[in-house]
Amino acid sequence: MLEIKNLHARSDETEILRGIDLQVNAGEIHAIMGPNGSGKSTLAHVIAGREDYEVTQGEIHYNGKDLLDMEIEVRAAEGIFLAYQYPVEISGVSNKYFLRTAMNCVRKHHGESPIKRTEFIALLKQNLDRLGMDKSMMDRSVNEDFSGGEKKRNEILQMAMLQPKLAVLDETDSGLDIDALKIVANGVNALRSPERATIVVTHYQRLLDYIVPDKVHVLAGGKIVRSGDKSLALELEDKGYGFLQELTAT
Amino acid sequence: MIATEIETYREQHAAFQRKSSPEWLVELRQQGLDAFTRLGLPTKRLEDWRFTNVSPLTANPYELSSLTSPDNEIVGDEINALVQQATLDESYHRLVFINGRYCEESSRLHDVSSGVIIDNLASVIRSRANEVRDQLSGGLDFDESAFAALNTAFIDDGAFIDIPDGVASDRPVHLVFLSTGSSRTVSHPRNLIRLGKGSTANVIESYLGNGDVYFTNSITQITLDESAELDHHKLQHEQIGALHIAMTRVDQRTSSHFRSHYFSFGGSLARNELDCVLDGERIETTLNGLYMPKGDQLMDCRTRIDHAKPNGNSHELYKGILDDKSKGVFNGKIFVRQDAQKTDAKQSNQALLLSDDASVNTKPQLEIYADDVRCTHGATIGELEEDALYYLRSRGIPIDFARKLLIFAFANDVVQGVELAAVRRHLESLLLSGHELSEDIL
Repeated sequence: MLEIKNLHARSDETEILRGIDLQVNAGEIHAIMGPNGSGKSTLAHVIAGREDYEVTQGEIHYNGKDLLDMEIEVRAAEGIFLAYQYPVEISGVSNKYFLRTAMNCVRKHHGESPIKRTEFIALLKQNLDRLGMDKSMMDRSVNEDFSGGEKKRNEILQMAMLQPKLAVLDETDSGLDIDALKIVANGVNALRSPERATIVVTHYQRLLDYIVPDKVHVLAGGKIVRSGDKSLALELEDKGYGFLQELTAT
Repeated sequence: MIATEIETYREQHAAFQRKSSPEWLVELRQQGLDAFTRLGLPTKRLEDWRFTNVSPLTANPYELSSLTSPDNEIVGDEINALVQQATLDESYHRLVFINGRYCEESSRLHDVSSGVIIDNLASVIRSRANEVRDQLSGGLDFDESAFAALNTAFIDDGAFIDIPDGVASDRPVHLVFLSTGSSRTVSHPRNLIRLGKGSTANVIESYLGNGDVYFTNSITQITLDESAELDHHKLQHEQIGALHIAMTRVDQRTSSHFRSHYFSFGGSLARNELDCVLDGERIETTLNGLYMPKGDQLMDCRTRIDHAKPNGNSHELYKGILDDKSKGVFNGKIFVRQDAQKTDAKQSNQALLLSDDASVNTKPQLEIYADDVRCTHGATIGELEEDALYYLRSRGIPIDFARKLLIFAFANDVVQGVELAAVRRHLESLLLSGHELSEDIL
């Protein structure tokens, strides 16, 4: 589904990603771990298409297509979803309108007709219940005056409504208490299917107790320094990121 | 200013005055002409016009169409199309003015409650001479304003709305001002709106036209008696070559509420002056405005709020969205007189620049002579937020729609201040033009 080869990216003059290779197949969940500043979030945003980063080398293929050649909105319409670490507040646009507009834009991209109002409301209600969100949040401006936890749930709600093929969760666990964490994890697990894939970017192992990854990669200094199965996450938790220095040395 | 321009207006005035009119009106017009002759057209040298250069647009005089065409022009398809375009809701009262003259054929008046008068000025000048004379000469100071003086020199027609004490008007009154004809016509509408004690009303003024180059110079005088409430809306949709100058003067008495909703889209140069005198206690005044120039348009919003008595509140929110090489001017003055203790005045002006070549000049001015007051003002100028644009796009919303949505969001609180659904819908569809509108937009 996603194939990243020798990816180099920089922001302004600083090189952040220095040769990433990663392959994610449909049906898989990958965790990307690493210390602060290792390039985890940059990788997530390069996949989503953020224009602040310049890809200087390498390529990304998504379902056989050149991802780097696609506009941000086309990537989204083709099924890529980034759950933001810091969701953006948009004053003056209601959450409900935003969601429906996004869904209809994606449908239009695929030549489908807009979602019926009743169908939208039913789907929304189902997802709000599942995520323990109050429907009054739908009439508020997007993320405006939401608590940290509400913002994260709102990201997962968007994901549940948009049903992406490849979801990238950027530090979704940060700032969440354990109950919220479980709810968010349930939302992610509910989307798990053989046609979809998820990349979980996280600093801590804790989220991976609830979203069990097939593969774990450790990012340091803009490179993947080690890959393994879920036991790697436990090992990291146990030893801390300090032991990475040994890894990079060897 | 070249003497010949004044001469041209004086000649027009002489011809205009030959029409039969009451003596007091002939005299008032003469005072207007004298003031205009003395003042001349404004130049950038005047502090009040520093950022707004009208000279290129006033260099050649405009012509009064009532001098050349008959009073009752035949309403053709073009007029019908403009009326259609302006119509917001068929249930509203509608008074249509063509080049400043009332057009009965295009107007539509429903039944009104007893004592309510919705009429045109020309027809009440004789029948209600005393009231009209008092209102026309009271309040408005044309000694300092050339355009107000010019309007006064050519007082002829406009709307006359009088709501007696205790009447809550059920239907909004829509005043439609159309400018048509080949070229360089001028109209000087003069509107009088008076609300008696405890009465309420909704009034909408729409300005549009189909001429290339023309000049609208309008004045609306509003008087709100004790506890009266008025929502006044203005939709400025003049043609791109037009000069639009307008002054609204509001006199408020004790416990009255005035809400202004100003929306400016058209004209080559549009200057809107709004002057509110809060002469009583516990008065509420809300001034909301949205101006959206593009191309080479210049939009100048000048407001004055004069707190004369204690316990008054004023809220002012003006937003500008400027594209291309357009210019915006916001000049908002708040006076708090020595008597006006416990005044609460808030003013905010925010501008969104969509292009590097667009610019805005903001000039908030507070003059406070009382000591126990709360007055705040703020001005911000910004661009579309890249983060928000990225966020919307990353959910599949194409960039052009995402931009429109953010512009809409910026303007939304001004639009949502409008309670009349038909007016709000009109504005929403303008802001999101070309894109599907949903009832969920809120």
